[in-house]
Amino acid sequence: MTTVQAPMGRDNSSLVGVAGMGVLFAVLAVLIAALSADPLMRVHAMIFGGLTIFGLIAMGLWSGTLVDRNPFDQTRYEDTLIKYGVAAAMFWGIAGLLVGVAVALQLTWPNLFYFPELGWTNFGRLRPLHTSAVIFAFGGNVLLATSFYVVQRTCRARLAGGMWPWFVFWGYQLFIVIAATGYLMGITQSKEYAEPEWYADLWLTIVWVAYLLVFLGTIWKRKEPHIYVANWFYLSFIVTIAMLHIVNNLSIPVSFTGAKSVQVFAGVQDAMTQWWYGHNAVGFFLTTGFLAIMYYFIPKRVNRPVFSYRLSIVHFWSLIFIYIWAGPHHLHYTALPQWAQTLGMTFSIMLWMPSWGGMINGVMTLSGAWDRLRTDPVVRMMVVSLAFYGMSTFEGPLMSVRAVNALSHYTEWGIGHVHSGALGWVGFISFGALYCLTQWLWKRKSLHSVALVEWHFWLATIGIVFYMVSMWFAGILEGLMWRAYNEYGFLEYAFIETVEAKHISYIIRMLGGVLYLSGALIMAYNLIRTAMGGERREDVADAAPQRPALQPAE
Amino acid sequence: MGLMNNHGLLERHSLLLTVGILITVSIGGIIQMLPLFYLDNTIEEVEGMRPYTPLELAGRDIYIREGCYVCHSQMVRPLRDEVERYGHYSLAAESMYDHPFQWGSKRTGPDLARVGGKYSIEWQVDHLKDPRSLVPESIMPPYAFLLDNKLNYATIGDAMKTHRAVGVPYTDDMIENAEAHLVAQANPDADFDAFDGLMAAYNEASGREGTVTARDFDGNPDELTEMDAIVAYLNMIGTLVDFSVYEADDLENRR
Repeated sequence: MTTVQAPMGRDNSSLVGVAGMGVLFAVLAVLIAALSADPLMRVHAMIFGGLTIFGLIAMGLWSGTLVDRNPFDQTRYEDTLIKYGVAAAMFWGIAGLLVGVAVALQLTWPNLFYFPELGWTNFGRLRPLHTSAVIFAFGGNVLLATSFYVVQRTCRARLAGGMWPWFVFWGYQLFIVIAATGYLMGITQSKEYAEPEWYADLWLTIVWVAYLLVFLGTIWKRKEPHIYVANWFYLSFIVTIAMLHIVNNLSIPVSFTGAKSVQVFAGVQDAMTQWWYGHNAVGFFLTTGFLAIMYYFIPKRVNRPVFSYRLSIVHFWSLIFIYIWAGPHHLHYTALPQWAQTLGMTFSIMLWMPSWGGMINGVMTLSGAWDRLRTDPVVRMMVVSLAFYGMSTFEGPLMSVRAVNALSHYTEWGIGHVHSGALGWVGFISFGALYCLTQWLWKRKSLHSVALVEWHFWLATIGIVFYMVSMWFAGILEGLMWRAYNEYGFLEYAFIETVEAKHISYIIRMLGGVLYLSGALIMAYNLIRTAMGGERREDVADAAPQRPALQPAE
Repeated sequence: MGLMNNHGLLERHSLLLTVGILITVSIGGIIQMLPLFYLDNTIEEVEGMRPYTPLELAGRDIYIREGCYVCHSQMVRPLRDEVERYGHYSLAAESMYDHPFQWGSKRTGPDLARVGGKYSIEWQVDHLKDPRSLVPESIMPPYAFLLDNKLNYATIGDAMKTHRAVGVPYTDDMIENAEAHLVAQANPDADFDAFDGLMAAYNEASGREGTVTARDFDGNPDELTEMDAIVAYLNMIGTLVDFSVYEADDLENRR
């Protein structure tokens, strides 16, 4: 890469690199759009090419306004990008929850959205849209924003790579748009939480490698001798997701100008690979990434050191070692060989301990600051997220026991389980981080309204309780009905009777979703008002501070 | 503990930390996944498995496109109630040509691993068109548009070639005649040679007769629609293995 020196001695190489990458992919997209016989691929190539060209123009216009200002001033943190990340997380979060409520309504009253001619309105296409929007669009943007914030603060260095962090951010949004439009058009490889087709997977791989290099590059520039514990967790999230993503998406495209590809693995091997991926998307995307948030934002918000340094070490290594084995508990009693199922179950049960170790480390960080639970609803939100984390990580090992799984698998219990983790743990710790970040990035003395945070907290908590309890009830009910025998030794219920029996639960679940969504809308309003107005704090400097970064207690 | 006291080394060297993470998270996957590719008893030896016909493969692609796997599993577990409700429990061999697998993870609707032959073709078409016209309590979405969509099979030969590249035993004959076979399965009277070729090729692959159903599926013999393809697929799921000669209790077949 050639280094172009601007008059002021500014390093423009990253700008040139990102622009070159953009031009390359815009040309590629235009070529595919011109050559492709597959109409769906053409649409995707045009979306991709159009957005890339738009990005290039925007970048050109922006760099024209710089004159002799250095946008990559090494004495200041890159905070504008994180503001974008906060906004993106909020936007995608609400979009994802909205689709969630829509599909919950569809299951409750199937005639409500009855469009026999519109395939894209069907549950089968909307559900991947919901799961990907909340996990990868909302969760992913929370992780991008917080990791970039935390790594700068704990290393006391500006993000590495100049323009490349922006490439990571916009490249990731582009991936989300391609994935989401693909689901609606019916482009999917049907592997849960890895539905996007081969070209979207390749693009994400490029973005992810850039993400890893930006993150590591920032660590290399650090002014602290030690890498802070939150960064170990972020690093394990980035590295492991790369490994999982590449292996689970191994496929051969039918044609380089067509959307369809064929998976390399089949049947039992493909199933094992998928759930190795699927469970560790939970483990490394939705757990280690958000534990990193816990390890930075809770100590920072309550102004106390992490409870135990030793516990963090044990927590970290045992969690990442054990998690990766837990996948086969999704395949109990299937055609997967039993030795693999047993390994999966054993490690899932062991996983309970590191999970609770981490929860204890987070909760006990409040030692000496317990009053904050009463006075600061943001702190309460983050601590309650740990309570939900503890509950889900107890429920998970329980459900991974083969005998329990025989009842719970394929039922709504599984849906309830993921949502107690997703809404309670991932959602609440993310909301906590978003409240903190908005206040800190826009340098406000306080949030626009603490009362609205209280409203958000209670609406969302009641929503989760509705969701969990209704799904426990529905899941155990249908599990028992499927296996019920009458006095003559015949199956007692037809399948459709078990569907009917869940109707009331579906209504309650949908209401839970609506409550949770309204909480998120209140948060969005509160965050926007916080960013727009309020008193500005003057004591927080933009510059890399001289005070030492957080270190855990010994 | 020494390990604890030396952890500072990892905290000061980011590359050591990265490599340490990579090694730690690789172990479980390697031990659980690699043996499945070389242990002989992972997949049972059975009679009757054959690759999908081009029409069935096209139907399977529609099944994937519409996200059917989101609500329907294709995996009967060896539990008394499931075997009685759905049929013989699923074998690993039955999905050995499934790239990707369709075992599913949720039963919002019933399992489909043995749905082939369970309902009439007409029932399947009417049910897909408007599920609640046949099952009033059903919450399944309607798929009437499949009747209007002409089946696009221009790339079916290429798709089969790609499947062969990853290990599905399609023969040259099957790939060369893919389009003719596909048309013949939905309209056997149009071209007798193609129909005979289809039957000969897939009966031979299966080792027995009767695994290929050829007829008009969607109730409209003049047009080849996506409904033809998906019903052809649904109608054959779980029917390939010859369970009359499969010995479930044989030690070789224990998992």
